Amino acid sequence: MSEEFLKINDLVVEYSSGGQIVQAVNGVNLTVQKGKTLGLVGETGAGKTTIAKSILRILPTPPAKIKQGEIFLDGQDLLKLPEKEMMKVRGNRIAMIFQDPMTALNPTMTVGDQISEVVLQHNDYTKQQAQERTIEMLELVGIASVRYMDYPHQFSGGMKQRVVIAMALACNPELILADEPTTALDVTIQAQVLDMMRELREKFNTSMILITHDLGVVAETCDDVAVIYAGEIVEYGTREHIFRNPQHPYTLGLFGSLPKLDDDSKRLSPIHGLPPDPTNLPEGCKFGPRCPECKGECGKDPAMVEIEPGHFVRCCKFTAGQNAQSAQKPENSQKAKTKNERGGV
Amino acid sequence: MWRYIVKRLLWLIVIMACVGVIIFTIMWFVPGDPAQIILGSGATNEDIARVREQLGLDRPYMVQLGEFLINACRLDFGESYVYGIPVIQEFATRLPRTLGLGLISMALNIIIGIPLGVNAAIHRNTIWDQGVLVLAMVFISVPQFFLGLLMVVLFSVQLGWLPPFGISGSYPTWMYWIMPVLANSLSGMAMNARQTRSAALETIRADFVTTARAKGLPERTVIYKHMLPNALIPVVNSLGMQLSMVVGGTVVIETVFSFPGIGQYLLTGVNSRDYPVVRGSVMILALFSAVITLLVDLVYAYLDPRIKAQYVNYAAKKGGSKKGGKK
Amino acid sequence: MANAATVTKASSVPKRKKDTQLRQITRRLVKSKTAMLGLIVLVIIVLACVFAPLIAPYDPNYMDYTSLNAGSSLAHIMGCDNLGRDIFSRILYGGRMSLMLGFTVAVVGMVFGVFFGCIVGYYGGQVDNIAMRICDVWMAIPGTLLAIVISSALGSGFGYTVLALSVSGLPGSVRGTRAMALREREMEYLEAAKAMNCSKMKIMFKHMMPNIIAPTIVGTTGQIGGTMMSAAGLSYIGLGIQPPTAEWGAMCSSAREYLTKYPHEMLWPGFVILLTVLAINLLGDGLRDAMDPRLKD
Repeated sequence: MSEEFLKINDLVVEYSSGGQIVQAVNGVNLTVQKGKTLGLVGETGAGKTTIAKSILRILPTPPAKIKQGEIFLDGQDLLKLPEKEMMKVRGNRIAMIFQDPMTALNPTMTVGDQISEVVLQHNDYTKQQAQERTIEMLELVGIASVRYMDYPHQFSGGMKQRVVIAMALACNPELILADEPTTALDVTIQAQVLDMMRELREKFNTSMILITHDLGVVAETCDDVAVIYAGEIVEYGTREHIFRNPQHPYTLGLFGSLPKLDDDSKRLSPIHGLPPDPTNLPEGCKFGPRCPECKGECGKDPAMVEIEPGHFVRCCKFTAGQNAQSAQKPENSQKAKTKNERGGV
Repeated sequence: MWRYIVKRLLWLIVIMACVGVIIFTIMWFVPGDPAQIILGSGATNEDIARVREQLGLDRPYMVQLGEFLINACRLDFGESYVYGIPVIQEFATRLPRTLGLGLISMALNIIIGIPLGVNAAIHRNTIWDQGVLVLAMVFISVPQFFLGLLMVVLFSVQLGWLPPFGISGSYPTWMYWIMPVLANSLSGMAMNARQTRSAALETIRADFVTTARAKGLPERTVIYKHMLPNALIPVVNSLGMQLSMVVGGTVVIETVFSFPGIGQYLLTGVNSRDYPVVRGSVMILALFSAVITLLVDLVYAYLDPRIKAQYVNYAAKKGGSKKGGKK
Repeated sequence: MANAATVTKASSVPKRKKDTQLRQITRRLVKSKTAMLGLIVLVIIVLACVFAPLIAPYDPNYMDYTSLNAGSSLAHIMGCDNLGRDIFSRILYGGRMSLMLGFTVAVVGMVFGVFFGCIVGYYGGQVDNIAMRICDVWMAIPGTLLAIVISSALGSGFGYTVLALSVSGLPGSVRGTRAMALREREMEYLEAAKAMNCSKMKIMFKHMMPNIIAPTIVGTTGQIGGTMMSAAGLSYIGLGIQPPTAEWGAMCSSAREYLTKYPHEMLWPGFVILLTVLAINLLGDGLRDAMDPRLKD
């Protein structure tokens, strides 16, 4: 097996808003291997972006709070790093590509300056060298160097996203957190950007977490997939596991929501109901109320079960009858659960 | 950018001409005859007619307007009907005082108000922030004249620290300036602090600020290089309006403190139907405020590249050289 | 983000399904302690002024020569002015003038502002250009100055003061609504309305205006305080409302001479202005935050 480059253990993140506490992430465990891509799939509000921002520790801290957990980057716990050390990680070892290119760039600075700023921050470069590096990066993502002095408003959405990507890659990060990098883009540009990102990743052997709700993108780019629902991972495995042998009812639902060319049925089969209210999560299985397979007897919060090597599912249909059965991770999630209850969900 | 500045200066002249027409026209409708006022109530009709002729008040509207505008270009606003002194001569002593009062107040508005707002936003929801908010709210709600009178009661009558009015006397000269300047600037300061605070809070949540953090920049850089310039854009945009309020405020403040500046001169002119005095004072104060507005607009264009680009492109379209920016 | 999510989800609960935007705003407004404080104080002041004939112990112009410049006592809770008139009674009657001035000017400004702002914002282009140039000229004369010159030309009195203050404030409100109208113009629902072949009038006043009016009302509430201060200032320098009519600014003005010996004659009306304007501003702030909860929190 290749080395575990990023390892998240039992991450819990809460938002407090107006006296209410919202559990955005409930005991998440993840691993990303060197040079591999992990896809984080789930609905809007499931906590995907929160996980990514927790890794960089850039969550807005009065409302959000990392309650517990460990995030190891190459064996070093990021959550215990002093802020000064953390600054050296951000943008340098871990870079993030943000969701909305329209707002992710500072409108009062030229794009060139915005890229060279990160280069200067993390390298002992002179201004001249940083500028050269910036131009190199711009050309790498397909932007002419003459646009160095242009401001973001002079770029189209796709071009802005390229700038954002150039900015993220400028310091050769070891891990990229790509938060729906293509959602805001046209389909044709989406493909271009994804291709470009894949090429760059192969060239530099970078690991990546790709956050998306687009299963097509996952199929194209990811090695491993984690399906996330209401702040919990409900299914986790390699791309083959998830696409060939999806087990969790939610994952099955996601696939059912996709139109298929070879299917004759007239309607899609959407997942019924709405994502749960994060201030008031259902008891037991979070997906229970919307689950087509749940007949009301699921009861307890299910643990993660390894149904085949490397393929984990959190569903009662696997825990029922084998309560004591433990796969590799249930201890963690068990602990998380008790903590959650104490936290007053 | 130079092209834009020249254009704005030309526009300034147009504005001032329009202001002249407006002021002259309004004054044209003022009831009461200056000749009557000059001569007092015992004057005969012939006397009044003679004085009207002397003053040129019997000529048609257009002629008088034209004369006024042409003379105004040479900064000649005529002689005061009441005192017979050329208005411009009176300005020589009064204008520096009003300019001083206005400019110091504006400077305080900006230098104190904006950093207060930024600080409150950074230390949000602390006692410091709440204190700034409460004080700002109070100072926004105090009428300037009342604030002035309060200060007089407190610092002059009760404590005897500062002179209550005037511009010179037994106290050191600078002390005469403290209360007028403060009374004229506290509300503007409060406005700036509040506006900067909310603009900063809005900007601090912007995605590009998160981007800057994700780059691993130190918090200081994030705030001063990324957040602040963007937060200042709306503040600067409304600054022009607010600074022109300061110019208007000097009139009230000068009355409260018997501060012998243009504003006080204007009011004596208003009360005695002294047309040249009123017209001249309004023109000069409007010019002051227009110049300030122009400066603010230039800063605004400088801060916001989107606005700058408009002007640059406009200049380019007009056949000028396309201003560089691209290397 | 989390907030928005909660709101949408809350509305999916059947009980709250009829939650209109107005009701949400009201709920948020009621929650704000400062806004409620402002509202209560303002209501008390307005009621006291409306029912002045019932509450005031004296006629505002009755002169009691035995108590010239008297301080506070049981007979005159705020004392008397230099002519022996009861200050408390004068403040109550004067408040009718001051409050009416503030409200009238704000409403006049809002109506004309929205009307012209919508037209200018809708047509945009050349119309907008010309209108903005006119506003530039108009605003080149600082508002206070313009009000002074106009009211000196027209004379004193309620109507003229309203006119002077409205005229000097109009370009500001036109600009405000015009900016909002321009923003609305870019919205797609207007495209849709155009696509449905709505008439210009209908688009302007049926589609665009309702979206502009709410924020404008909020903005106007915030401005009433400022308008009242301008009106009082105008009266203070001897224009606007003139003695013997009771008006807060004019009261301060006539008390100025006695400032050294009898400061209470100036302090009472001044504090009442401060209190009223503060209450209005608190309410205005609360309304703005309730409209746009992003700003708070």
